Amino acid sequence: MKEKILINARIIDPSQKMDEKGSIIIDGKGKIKMIGKNVKKSDAISSSEVIDLKNYIVIPGIVDMKAFVGEPGYEYKENFRTLSQAALAGGVTSVVTMPNTKPIIDNVSMVDFIIRRGRDKASINLFPCASLTREISGNEMSEFGLLSKKGIIGFTDAIKTVQNTETMSKIMDYASDIGVLIMQHVEDYELSKNGCINNGEVSTRLGLEGISYIAEKIIIERDLSLLSEFPCRYHINQISSKDSLDVIKRNKEKGLKFSVGVSINNLSLNENDIGDFKTFLKLSPPLRLEDDRTSLVSGIKSGLIDVIVSDHTPEDEEGKRLPFAQAATGAIGIETLLPLALEMHHNESLDLTKIIETLTINPAKILKINKGTIKKGSDADICVFDLDKPWAVKGDDLKSKSKNTAIEGRKLQGKVFMTFLNGDLVFKSK
Amino acid sequence: MAVQKNTSAIKSQPKHLLGIQNLSIQEAKKILEEAKAFISLNRSPSKKLDTLRGKTQINLFFEPSTRTQSSFDLAGKRLGADVMTMNVGNSALKKGETLIDTAMTLNAMHPDIIVIRHQDSGAPNLLSQKVNCAVVNAGDGRREHPTQALLDALTIINRKKTIEGLKIAICGDILHSRVARSNIYLMNMLGAEVNVIGPKTLMPKSIERLGVKSFTDMKKGLDKCDIVMMLRLQNERMQGSFLPSKREYYEFFGLTPEKLKFASKDALIMHPGPMNRGVEIDTKLADDINVSLVKEQVELGVAVRMACLKIYCK
Repeated sequence: MKEKILINARIIDPSQKMDEKGSIIIDGKGKIKMIGKNVKKSDAISSSEVIDLKNYIVIPGIVDMKAFVGEPGYEYKENFRTLSQAALAGGVTSVVTMPNTKPIIDNVSMVDFIIRRGRDKASINLFPCASLTREISGNEMSEFGLLSKKGIIGFTDAIKTVQNTETMSKIMDYASDIGVLIMQHVEDYELSKNGCINNGEVSTRLGLEGISYIAEKIIIERDLSLLSEFPCRYHINQISSKDSLDVIKRNKEKGLKFSVGVSINNLSLNENDIGDFKTFLKLSPPLRLEDDRTSLVSGIKSGLIDVIVSDHTPEDEEGKRLPFAQAATGAIGIETLLPLALEMHHNESLDLTKIIETLTINPAKILKINKGTIKKGSDADICVFDLDKPWAVKGDDLKSKSKNTAIEGRKLQGKVFMTFLNGDLVFKSK
Repeated sequence: MAVQKNTSAIKSQPKHLLGIQNLSIQEAKKILEEAKAFISLNRSPSKKLDTLRGKTQINLFFEPSTRTQSSFDLAGKRLGADVMTMNVGNSALKKGETLIDTAMTLNAMHPDIIVIRHQDSGAPNLLSQKVNCAVVNAGDGRREHPTQALLDALTIINRKKTIEGLKIAICGDILHSRVARSNIYLMNMLGAEVNVIGPKTLMPKSIERLGVKSFTDMKKGLDKCDIVMMLRLQNERMQGSFLPSKREYYEFFGLTPEKLKFASKDALIMHPGPMNRGVEIDTKLADDINVSLVKEQVELGVAVRMACLKIYCK
């Protein structure tokens, strides 16, 4: 590979508290050789390729902690190739994939399969999760030790919650000893039974069964209670309400160590956006009140929430063209993750640095991976974007195989211009 | 022979009756006016008109229904339409056909109006996006039952001349009731004050946002009410998770002559049927022709549905 130098860019890398105009030199092995305001063109070897990024911002490649790739079993929704294209077009270079495939990733041979398959077909860094319990049944714990040795980064039942308190306590007790990361979807099934949107005015008007915020809060309370007994690496996949945030605040103030994620959907939409039964906005956890949304945004600001995820959930048209209660849950979002997050910068609710931090170094730290940073010596996974470019989201133009975006027609400001993976230019916007 | 081109794509969009929420006050009043004219027709020896001659009406019922289905059936026939009723609960959909597929199949038969009853809220809205004819909602999930509210309004107007200024109480399982929701919207629109009364577990969240006062005490909720609408309590909800027992429900929320005294002196009782006698309403009270409008509701239901079919079937 030829050495490259990116010049005249504004570099924002929260991992080294950097926000400055400068240059980056990528060496022939795809590593960051030099970075910052003091790097001069003459520091690069004379034959290197010069890329002028005047008016663009350079950040570490985004780490998305929650995405569903259809392989194996749901290739008609998404595959490694289409997921990679969508991710790179959104500046995402590292993706944590969910294990709720068919078959489920809960054993060593499945891990071998998806790692091999991903290596052959994907063009991003994949970090696969295995299920927390065998067959995502919520009963018996998976082989945490063996699966970790094979390259599993974390354990989650994806869109399911371990309901049995005894099972959960054993999982946390065991995990606390061997140091694996537990990622929980937080939902009490008895309380959320048949529910499909937030329990409130909209569910009353639309005549849909609601899901109370208590369904989420009660599992968080339970798990954090267990966590104080069994201190393991514990992460809450996504929260959706102000009340959950209050519980988290109380526990973090007590000194309990855990991390929290939120979906970009819950940060940028509320229950009113569902309108007249828009099934693309049927999400889990559900969209809640505007008051919840603004609380989540301030939760990021105050550091109570650590990461923003896309919760990329591709669903085909058939699954969505149904009466609301029967329709599939979830929306795609990996390609629009950064542009949608930038909305919070443009409307002045969050600092740009804070947004970038939740998308890069924070998830990398939780996952304990050497990503989300462009410090000297790290892999040159880089996202270059235009902060102000206006555009409108059109599902059909997105790269994902499924087109179920929750923000069809939304006017955004800010778009990814280039994505580098290990120093190679793998995406450039037209 | 040349096949005639399908010109349906350039036809103007038909209007649908999906719910009271989407109705303007003018539209609601127009339906009620039209319906008034049909009351006397339905009482006369010769009940048949040819207003809808040559038109095809399909009743698509995904959920079992006796009175709504027969009411729509009769209404269509009295207007001279060709009426076909499909009880889908036990056919294609059980074989995995989706609502959309069924809609496309029926649409290809060129109906002029489809009347749909479905267990899922919003199903009529989805159907209306996929067919070229008018869609009338005959009840969807717990969302709306617009023709029931309209027939209730007509029944009240028939007795009390107007709805404006009346105080109306809706009592019982508000949470699961599409009748309650449609009536809240319509009675509010026509100028009534609406109270809802029921146990807390059967009260939907943020119901006050729909423009009502909510009560858990019959005495307070019925105070000065001119109309008392009772709702059916589904069997499966009588015991266990929503309520302790049938007895306890009757004790606190069942309408008895004693509780009716809390309402205004000339208060009238309504019920969308079918009734659970001795659960939500005292059996004698339900049959008392001086206070109960139950039979009139059924009678005027046909007139209201005739008016809806006439207006929406174009």
